Amino acid sequence: MRLLTHNMLSSNIKGVTNGFPLALEVTKLVTKPVDFNPDFLKNMLLKVEWKALVEASRAMGYAELPEQTEPSMVESEEFLRKFHHALLELHLEEGSLVCPQTGRKFPVCKGIPNMLLHEDEV
Amino acid sequence: MWYLCVFFHRLLDYRRPEVEALADLFAAFEDCPLEWKLPQNYHFDSPFHFVNLPSEDVARNVAHRSILIKGIYELWGEGSSFEELEEAIKTYPVDRKLPYLVSESTFKINFDSFGKGFSSEEKNDRIHRLSFIPFEGRVSLRDPENIFWLMEADDYGSNNGLPPITEKRIFFGREIGCADRKLLPTYQLKSRTYLGPTAMDAEMAFLMANQAQAKSGKLVYDPFVGTGSILVAAAHYGAMTMGADIDIRVVRDGHGPDCNVWSNFKQYGLPMPISLLRADNNLPPWRAGLKEIFDAIICDPPYGVRAGGRKSGGRKLLKGVVDPYTVPDNLRTGHIPSTASYSLVECVHDLLDLAARMLVMDGRLVYFYPKVRDDDSIISKFPEHPCFKLVAVSEQILSSRYSRVLLTMIKIRPYTEDIAEEARIKHLEFKINHLKWLEDGNLHSAVFNPVNQGDDTYVKDPKKKYRGKYV
Repeated sequence: MRLLTHNMLSSNIKGVTNGFPLALEVTKLVTKPVDFNPDFLKNMLLKVEWKALVEASRAMGYAELPEQTEPSMVESEEFLRKFHHALLELHLEEGSLVCPQTGRKFPVCKGIPNMLLHEDEV
Repeated sequence: MWYLCVFFHRLLDYRRPEVEALADLFAAFEDCPLEWKLPQNYHFDSPFHFVNLPSEDVARNVAHRSILIKGIYELWGEGSSFEELEEAIKTYPVDRKLPYLVSESTFKINFDSFGKGFSSEEKNDRIHRLSFIPFEGRVSLRDPENIFWLMEADDYGSNNGLPPITEKRIFFGREIGCADRKLLPTYQLKSRTYLGPTAMDAEMAFLMANQAQAKSGKLVYDPFVGTGSILVAAAHYGAMTMGADIDIRVVRDGHGPDCNVWSNFKQYGLPMPISLLRADNNLPPWRAGLKEIFDAIICDPPYGVRAGGRKSGGRKLLKGVVDPYTVPDNLRTGHIPSTASYSLVECVHDLLDLAARMLVMDGRLVYFYPKVRDDDSIISKFPEHPCFKLVAVSEQILSSRYSRVLLTMIKIRPYTEDIAEEARIKHLEFKINHLKWLEDGNLHSAVFNPVNQGDDTYVKDPKKKYRGKYV
């Protein structure tokens, strides 16, 4: 699971109002290179929740992202490379996503998060 | 400029919409639709069409990316007899012809016919009759710079299942480009390592990816990803892909380490999907406030004929017979929650709501919708949504009872609070009247129940519709 996916997901258990961002529990981490596409990144920069991405990348052991973004940063290739690495190249292969409100764990297995709810959570 | 566009005689309904989607991709048409013409007295389902495209480059790009274009040609002349054709070629402007006739160039002339076969003597004879054209270049059969085509369509009697051609017509033109159908054997399903029962045929998957205008830098999502057969086509065109499915067997397990959804991408050297999720389309796990992130959504929703849809919550739970089952704490990890069947109506409602929220403006939703063929009342009644405009409808006949229709919708209005609220109310209604909707949307019986022979209302194949070869 890439951090782009993490940035889009929240816990949707019935009654949970504050299911984002999910905390990361890392058991196995892998890095997979992805082709660098600046246009895609510039587009995504407008869509991601920056704070959640910074925290998630730290949980994955990557602390290079700045606390805050400024519009001028998209011109810097150095910044885009870091953003690219955090957003697309870091993979959570095994671990779990933890609901911030209830502590329910959504397992990530072979890189695929299981976001299905149990019967009593629908 | 007008070009002659000759199609393969397959998937007849899909041919013009493909060109329209690709012309928009390469030339960004505003609101004006693409202009089309037919040769005089020609049937719409015949392969010969004229299309007005802004430039030769656009025409070439469209042809190369397409699946169903046999060729796009700059027409030098046409006629109902050879004499008429000769006259037409001679009067075609010299400055348009000359650059392709000069002595440094190499060329080749091909002959093609529709609906009728010709022996090689007949073909050669016809090509030799073109000797009045002052070709100065050298013939190269293997690697010519310019390829010319002589094409003949004649009245062949209408008993062979092809659309009628009332008048003989001969066309001569210079090839601008043609479809790269070598893709299809490369991606054909029988070479795919991991397949499911409803994996999308490669040709159709490419047509869907073309409708969705998949290309590099775009993000494409399939909420019913299965074995990834649709996303493979989108990834081939360079799009970033994301997929979700409720079925654990499909998304995660596969058959071992080299036979799963990921391996289907690895097999062709394509980039892996950005993400695969196990999630329920009925209760999508997207964070609040996330919107306008996908450029296209492509899918083949489960409509209950080959495979039925599932959603979270047990059958009895949704009926209200039992209270929610509380999973014991020690069994929570690895628990597989029960699911209930998911009616087509509800599934499509959820899909449209998801697309309205998650697609960027001008983003495309491309999906299949089933149609019962002997029921006139539901003809042309397809799902509607205030955020979307329906731009293409292509039918593929699957049996005498039912067909599936590929719908392409474009997002033209932003997703508002009001629309979200309406969707929420509808969502609850589906949940409360779960059983009623299941019965209403039961397509399976319409397709598989035996036909009552004494029933006069059942007429076999009510509307004559021409079908391409092998489809």
